[in-house]
Amino acid sequence: MALQWLALPVFLPILSAIALIALHRSGIRIQRIISGASMSILLICVAYLLASGFGDNPQVYPMGDWPAPFGIVWVYDRLSGLMLLLTALLAVVSFLYAIATDEDKKGAHFHALFQAQLFGLNGAFLTGDVFNLFVFFEVLLLASYGLMLHGGGAARSRAGLHYMVINLIGSTIFLFAVGALYGVLGTLNLADLAVKIGQAPTSTYGLIAAASFLLFVVFAIKAAAFPLYLWLPGTYSETSAPVAALFAIMTKVGLYAMLRVHGTLFNEHTAPTNLINLIDPWMLLLGLLTLIMATLGVLAAVNVRRQVAYLVLASVGTLMIALGINTANALTGGLYYWIHTTLLTAGFFLLADQIVRTRGDQIGETHPPMPQAILAGSLFMVYAIGLAGLPPLTGFFGKTLILFAALASPLWVPIYAAILISSVLMVIALARSGSALFYRVEHAPVPNPPTPTLINTPLSWVAVALPVSLAIGMVIASKPITQWLDDTSNQIRDTPRYIQRVLHPEQTEPATGFAPHPMHGIEVSP
Amino acid sequence: MAILFALLIGVLTTAGVYLSLRAQTFPVVMGLTLLSYAVNLFLFGTGRMASNAAAVIEPHATYTDPLPQALVLTAIVIAFAMTAFVIVLALKTRAELGSDHVDGASDAPTHPAEPHKKPTC
Repeated sequence: MALQWLALPVFLPILSAIALIALHRSGIRIQRIISGASMSILLICVAYLLASGFGDNPQVYPMGDWPAPFGIVWVYDRLSGLMLLLTALLAVVSFLYAIATDEDKKGAHFHALFQAQLFGLNGAFLTGDVFNLFVFFEVLLLASYGLMLHGGGAARSRAGLHYMVINLIGSTIFLFAVGALYGVLGTLNLADLAVKIGQAPTSTYGLIAAASFLLFVVFAIKAAAFPLYLWLPGTYSETSAPVAALFAIMTKVGLYAMLRVHGTLFNEHTAPTNLINLIDPWMLLLGLLTLIMATLGVLAAVNVRRQVAYLVLASVGTLMIALGINTANALTGGLYYWIHTTLLTAGFFLLADQIVRTRGDQIGETHPPMPQAILAGSLFMVYAIGLAGLPPLTGFFGKTLILFAALASPLWVPIYAAILISSVLMVIALARSGSALFYRVEHAPVPNPPTPTLINTPLSWVAVALPVSLAIGMVIASKPITQWLDDTSNQIRDTPRYIQRVLHPEQTEPATGFAPHPMHGIEVSP
Repeated sequence: MAILFALLIGVLTTAGVYLSLRAQTFPVVMGLTLLSYAVNLFLFGTGRMASNAAAVIEPHATYTDPLPQALVLTAIVIAFAMTAFVIVLALKTRAELGSDHVDGASDAPTHPAEPHKKPTC
């Protein structure tokens, strides 16, 4: 397969965004057709890339044919392919819901921003260069600011301001980290950085570690890890539902960047002994704290959307625990849970929006029985079972895989306690809100009944049911999926092959030692 | 020169951090701008400073690495766009919430609290 096809997932969305901006006066119908067509092509393309086994060996596309450490490369491997497919699936679900509820009519450029968001996400998942990662982060953030504010309203603007300010600070820290890494090592290509860290003199370890922890802080802001998560509940609960559903992938971008950048830089094959797995203990610890705080948030939430936002946070905590254990098994379980939680939290946001539309936002208030209560209630139960981690849905399998892998960790007692107790508390919280939402109804005629603004359309129900049916498919096909994820996590941990594919594409076998080459600003002793 | 440069970055960062922790949107925007100035200078400095020297000419000449300058250029463009956006957003929140407090709170908490009056009874 021609490598140039790798450019399609990045350039297709930006070309459609440009077309959408040019055609923004020609009516919502044309915009929907362009956006939907572009998204369908994207979905087919990334699904085909993944299914064809193209990424079984990392594929490197040098932009403009400049060889690796000098030019910017795009790397497609199984992890990138999986992230691209998840993004495209979420995009289709959110798009369907947006056109079903006319959410895209509330402002001028919904579809253009949506495509720009996909451009940033796909670019961030494909790039093999740290500065390029920064640029794509900015692209996806800028689009997300626009999307988050789409539709307007005072509460949304306030949450948007918080979201924007913390991410601007994050971008500044990102640049400080990138500058420090470049100043010490003289390169920003991920594979080249991994090689040069192995050859760097001992005196530079402090700077390298400081820069890496700064990067960790940035990715923790994106992922909403423990001390830096306070922006998330407000942002996700105030924005419109299709945007919140698409944002389910945004926290995963931060986790992906941790896995990609820190996993490659501080792997056990090429990093110096002092720096191997530098951030893993922190990821584990912060993951535990995030999970605890998120569970308290789920228990304390008084409205439906905020509760779902805290469920996103809980999934971030669980995933950070899995990535922090950092064994092949933990990674497999983590990736399984990753797919599950991305799909289900997105769907749950849409379902919560349907409930809010026909019933009202506050869990504790009583309302007249909502229309379509049986359909909504059944879906609510399925989603709650999936997200709390009860059998037979995917959350159970993901958590079980993570817990099995946690036995290898010295911290297995707190991990077990946190994951199991949080699951119980989430079951309680979701059962309580489910019964309050669907059973506690007023039968007496209220003097001024709040008329439901609209009955949810069949298409919106399709959008809500799509993620959960994918999750059921994941349960049925769990054996082939876990086997595939096993190979994927082995590939992620096989950094020497990644380096060889990027820096020495002419060789066939990963080299064991890499020839030292001169570092800018530092004399390397031969 | 290096010490002066480092001090400058340090002062800009300090001022930026202080201002972005303020409660009104205008100082926050100013703080973010100062932070982006600081980081641009920092990136510029990572190419090493060689004054009165040629650009890349021969293998062992003292020169400044030109790549960080390209990075700075990208960073400036992005920071410029972001600043423009955050200013517009700050104005929008000011108009919609009727206050320039970052949480949209009324003006009361931003003024020094009045001395507590003793109950007269």
